[in-house]
Amino acid sequence: MANKVFHVMYDDDQKLLDAARALVAQGIRVKDVFSPFPVHGLDPIIGVKRTRLAIASFMYACTGTALAILGTWYFMVSDWDWNIGGKPNFTWIENAPAFVPVMFEFSVFCGAHGMVITYLLRNGTLPGMPATNPDPRTTDDKFVMEITTEENNMSVQDIESKIRATDVYELSIKDY
Amino acid sequence: MFKESNIRKPLILGHKTYHDITNDIVSPIEGPAPKQWKIAFTIALIVALYGIGCIMYLVGVGIGSWGLNKTVGWAWDITNFVWWVGIGHAGTLISAVLLLFRQRWRMAINRSAEAMTIFAVIMAAIFPVFHMGRVWLAYWTLPLPNQFGSLWPNFNSALMWDVFAISTYFSVSLVFWYIGLIPDFATIRDRMTKPKMKKIYSILSFGWSGRAKHWTRFEEVSLVLAGIATPLVFSVHSIVSMDFATSIVPGWHTTIFPPYFVSGAIFSGFAMVQTLLLIMRKTMKLEAYIHLKHIEYMNIVIIVTGSIVGVAYLTELFISDYSGVQYESYAFINRFSGPLAWSYWCMMTCNVISPQLFWFKKLRTNLGVTFFMSIIVNIGMWFERFVIIVTSIHRDYVPAAWGEFKASTIDIGMFIGTIGIFFTLFLLFARYFPVLALNELKTILKTSGESYKNENKH
Repeated sequence: MANKVFHVMYDDDQKLLDAARALVAQGIRVKDVFSPFPVHGLDPIIGVKRTRLAIASFMYACTGTALAILGTWYFMVSDWDWNIGGKPNFTWIENAPAFVPVMFEFSVFCGAHGMVITYLLRNGTLPGMPATNPDPRTTDDKFVMEITTEENNMSVQDIESKIRATDVYELSIKDY
Repeated sequence: MFKESNIRKPLILGHKTYHDITNDIVSPIEGPAPKQWKIAFTIALIVALYGIGCIMYLVGVGIGSWGLNKTVGWAWDITNFVWWVGIGHAGTLISAVLLLFRQRWRMAINRSAEAMTIFAVIMAAIFPVFHMGRVWLAYWTLPLPNQFGSLWPNFNSALMWDVFAISTYFSVSLVFWYIGLIPDFATIRDRMTKPKMKKIYSILSFGWSGRAKHWTRFEEVSLVLAGIATPLVFSVHSIVSMDFATSIVPGWHTTIFPPYFVSGAIFSGFAMVQTLLLIMRKTMKLEAYIHLKHIEYMNIVIIVTGSIVGVAYLTELFISDYSGVQYESYAFINRFSGPLAWSYWCMMTCNVISPQLFWFKKLRTNLGVTFFMSIIVNIGMWFERFVIIVTSIHRDYVPAAWGEFKASTIDIGMFIGTIGIFFTLFLLFARYFPVLALNELKTILKTSGESYKNENKH
């Protein structure tokens, strides 16, 4: 038998939350949820783990700081040591206070852009990518839960009856 | 779920549903352009083209076509630069700082304020870039390996810091804005019936589908970007002020400059947001989302920052005398009684006295007064930069080197032109982009929407 995918539509975020809670309690694994806005409290129910993007951003920012230190040392001390107004740059540390603004800005630059590029790549949201939401109304006011038979060790009828017991707005079952 | 006190006024008026929010914001994009928009756009475009003409003339003839001279080497150009950068600050403040403080009212205004920031920073960048004269060599400000020997820009210079600050600020603001726009573009894509437009919005929305994991990441990215954009807002205008404060020109060499510039920037930025939003809410019928409460909150920010600016003016005036340095002292006597005293008093009236009217609730909740005041504040803030820049350098140390400044037609044309370019871009934004962060607004509908709040009472 072909695998089936259930697209369960709700017309309210609270109904979606209640349904997700009820279905998960009955041992159904929810593959994904498509919603027009972030539904708070949904992630722990359907088992979405916390993202590590903030850690990635910190690491990009540290890389930025390191590059800025390396750059200012190379440009101002090593490659061509400037003597400006009798204040020579013999060592990086002597001039470090003057480099703080650039170090800060470059850290922010790398932290922000690194994180955003990672975010877009991890999401797979890039220019020209096709939309994958099952129904165009999910970006307006409807909420769709995706459940597959592949991930759930139950019969199609079993899953369907459990879904029907929730406050469903529309249900579509397709071959997968 | 987050509960909001019933005493607090609702942020979304009327009995709106999620679908109504989408409709209200997306339908102006789907329909034909209204007549008012076409008229405004034509005027803005004509002014913009005149400005571009002035810029082309400037590049062709050289910066001698500005009114600059040996004594006043910086005038309208840098005044306009600081003015535009300052205006830009409110956008990032609204999107970043108010997000960190969990101010939900920001959601109705952040999108257009961020757009304003981006366009204002582009306008700001025009001035220093063209002031370089040979604009095609602007990339020399970057530390690029070059064929001229070991020639690197000077990282000790505040002007160099500014290159980094402004480019970081611009690019981070742009990314912050666009990340928020992606889900809203997806909403337009999924509603759009015209195939060509659908294709365009499909490309712009990057294939966004609103998956749960994507939303989690979206919220994390927004929060982290807000966290790092907050110090960025403060650093950028601090660094702009250091362009002046690190020099030894009387009237510029003061430690008060960074906080004074930052509050001035927020002050002028909020005034510009008011100017734009008051027109936009009326013409695009967004009164349910941007209402008196939002305008009052912004006016309160204007009183606070305006008062900080006022205290800063008086402090620098007092310190100039208290310092005992005759050059410093004279710089300020010259400001309020010299040949350009009219600009000083114009600045004082517009920036210090007039915002105090907002202490009266009746005035700060009056749309007409707010609109008038927003223009006054922007005029005042332009004069602030003019006073700081021109009156400080036109009479500095040696009287023999004193000079005067007279703006040329190219000076004026370029400034007016940037206003035209700015409005052209902003009108294009208002026509084709979702002007409110509609998907963020939906998250507050149940906590701050009028009908839901009334339901909670019973």
